[in-house]
Amino acid sequence: MKLLKSLIATAIVAATGTAMADVNIGVTLSLTGPASGLGIPVGNQFKLWPQTIAGEKVNLIILDDASDPSKGASNARRFVTDDKVDMIFGGSITTVSVAIAPIATEAKTTQIAISPVGVPPEQERWLFRLPQGFSVMAHPIIEHMKKNGVKTVGFLGYTDAYGELWLKEFTKQGEAAGIKVVAAERFARSDTSVTPQALKLVSANPDAMLVVASGSGAAMPHKAIIERGFKGKVYQTHAAATPDLVRIGGKDVEGSYVVSGPAVVAEQLPDNHPSKAVAVDFVTNYEKAYGPGSRNQFAGHSYDAKIVLEKILPVALKKAKPGTPEFRAALRDATETMGRTIFSHGVMNWTPTDHNGYTNETGVMLKVVDGKFVVEK
Amino acid sequence: MDATIAGILALDGLTNGAIYALLALATVLVFAVTRVIFIPQGEFVAFGALTLALLQTGKVPGTVWFLLVLAGAVTLQDLVNGLRRGQTAQRLAAQALRTLAWPGVVSALAIWAAPKGLPMLAQAALTVALVTPFGSLIYRLAYESLADASVLVLLIVSVGVHFALVGLGLYFFGAEGFRNPSFWDQRFAVGGVALSGQALIIFAASLVLIAGLWLFFERSLVGKALRATAVNRLGARLMGISSNGAGRLSFTMAAFIGALSGLLIGPTTTVFYDSGFLIGLKGFVAAVFAGLSSYPLALVGALAVGLLESFGSFWASAYKEVIVFSTILPVLLWRSLRDPHHEE
Repeated sequence: MKLLKSLIATAIVAATGTAMADVNIGVTLSLTGPASGLGIPVGNQFKLWPQTIAGEKVNLIILDDASDPSKGASNARRFVTDDKVDMIFGGSITTVSVAIAPIATEAKTTQIAISPVGVPPEQERWLFRLPQGFSVMAHPIIEHMKKNGVKTVGFLGYTDAYGELWLKEFTKQGEAAGIKVVAAERFARSDTSVTPQALKLVSANPDAMLVVASGSGAAMPHKAIIERGFKGKVYQTHAAATPDLVRIGGKDVEGSYVVSGPAVVAEQLPDNHPSKAVAVDFVTNYEKAYGPGSRNQFAGHSYDAKIVLEKILPVALKKAKPGTPEFRAALRDATETMGRTIFSHGVMNWTPTDHNGYTNETGVMLKVVDGKFVVEK
Repeated sequence: MDATIAGILALDGLTNGAIYALLALATVLVFAVTRVIFIPQGEFVAFGALTLALLQTGKVPGTVWFLLVLAGAVTLQDLVNGLRRGQTAQRLAAQALRTLAWPGVVSALAIWAAPKGLPMLAQAALTVALVTPFGSLIYRLAYESLADASVLVLLIVSVGVHFALVGLGLYFFGAEGFRNPSFWDQRFAVGGVALSGQALIIFAASLVLIAGLWLFFERSLVGKALRATAVNRLGARLMGISSNGAGRLSFTMAAFIGALSGLLIGPTTTVFYDSGFLIGLKGFVAAVFAGLSSYPLALVGALAVGLLESFGSFWASAYKEVIVFSTILPVLLWRSLRDPHHEE
């Protein structure tokens, strides 16, 4: 036993002894400001990171961008000029991620965004994303509808980018699966009533309804549809997969379906879901540090960021030393070619043409049963 | 569209219209007496609904601390002004006591009552008592020293107050929305249209409030004093009516109406910390219908806005707000042609 331990120790020394410099990573998060609700959990999980990854000391430089894109850009500027970081994680909201992208491209440094983000094609090369895109989230809904014989769908969504992107993606995937959107209505989160929209949707008599809204805002349209006597299935998107849906929706959301990433429902995942073990590990360790029930999807992203590093650092270290442009380029190439990787949030497979990367094994359908989310098998 | 659908839409529109009517009346009242275009009127709606929601969950609502902070700020302002004018300590103390008494007592009551889970009507009364003093305090803090400034300056102050209140609302209530339980769950079927108890309460409360306002302005001395100030500030002052007092009273009434609207609308929709703005803005559109001067016209305008919104959502939900706010253009045109504006 003692021999084994010393052998391992020697091996570690041998592995790390060759590296001269530490790996420096710049992280910019919205720890204050209006979007701090998303940024703080991401930061909490970064605090749980180990000192060394793949035998290499990793220094995290975490800065607050106050939910402000210009502050995020100046953080990124500092990372690439003063700190000479090897990689950037952030921002935790779309607007900040957009502001960082041109700086990362210019400095030829990999940026891994912790928010959905769209950028011009020339910036796409250095940018990878951790959250799931709309297409992988629409996939399980379409599959579930196919299985349950749903042919026509009524769409009730936010009159903003979230609603628009969902409608586009859902219509596209639906057409391929023979599912038709027969009516599409819009509303705003602060509307006092969605009765007229619900009325029109219910009179179109679709087999199912898709409500596209977020958090507590997803409950009002759902209730309005039920109040107008809709008896079919109601589907909700991943932004609605929060306890607020049930808190406000009450018995009206009972029996409806919600699509979600696997991380937050770790223990409930069927054993054959690829993310089960990783998601359980994330949830257990996070809740051990921050208390029972503290789990959330945002912290899951910084957990997955560590998985990325564990995979790409050894590859890049073989090619160059940290702190050099060659190392930064090697990190990018390693990220792009790391192949099928199990995240707490699903199965990631970044390719040169796809920097969103999640495969269709990712999404999970949940059903609201007795006010709780239960995985639909 | 058949008669049933039209009936449901009309009912939905009138229910929202009744709320807009209350806010429109408050907007007209405040503008007539103080010439302030009170954009933050809607914030009182959100405060009312959210305060009741938090009381329902057994927590002390953020409104309590907000109220105390505001009362403290006003007291400080009075103290500084008083010292500058060299007022006696006794007078200063009496003034501070008058400012702090109501907020202090109501706050203490709220902190005591919050975990007790009182019946809903008691909590509703407490909510109104908590939100109403905001009106006068905001007036004293933001507008009173500028009472003689131009309408434009007062409007800009209103924009500032609106942003401050929304930001503080986010801090005190959090980003998630709340929906209150109905005061009355009963449903009635009237010719194929389901009428909810809550809608009846909204209609009844609006009618009672409008009738009450009419009586107040026609029958009571204070109401007549407010009307006099609205007609001619200087003249009213020469007759011994305090224009500051009139301003405080009109803002208090506006806050009261706002809080009540919040209680009424809370059970029919999910209210967020920033929901009030759009609701208040629709009340404002209705008030503009009335040229910011006529109460009955404001009522008609509000019901029209409600109906327009409801039928607009049915036909083209993506353009609903565009439809509602575009209608203000022909109305403005008509008003400015009918009675040309005179520069003050």
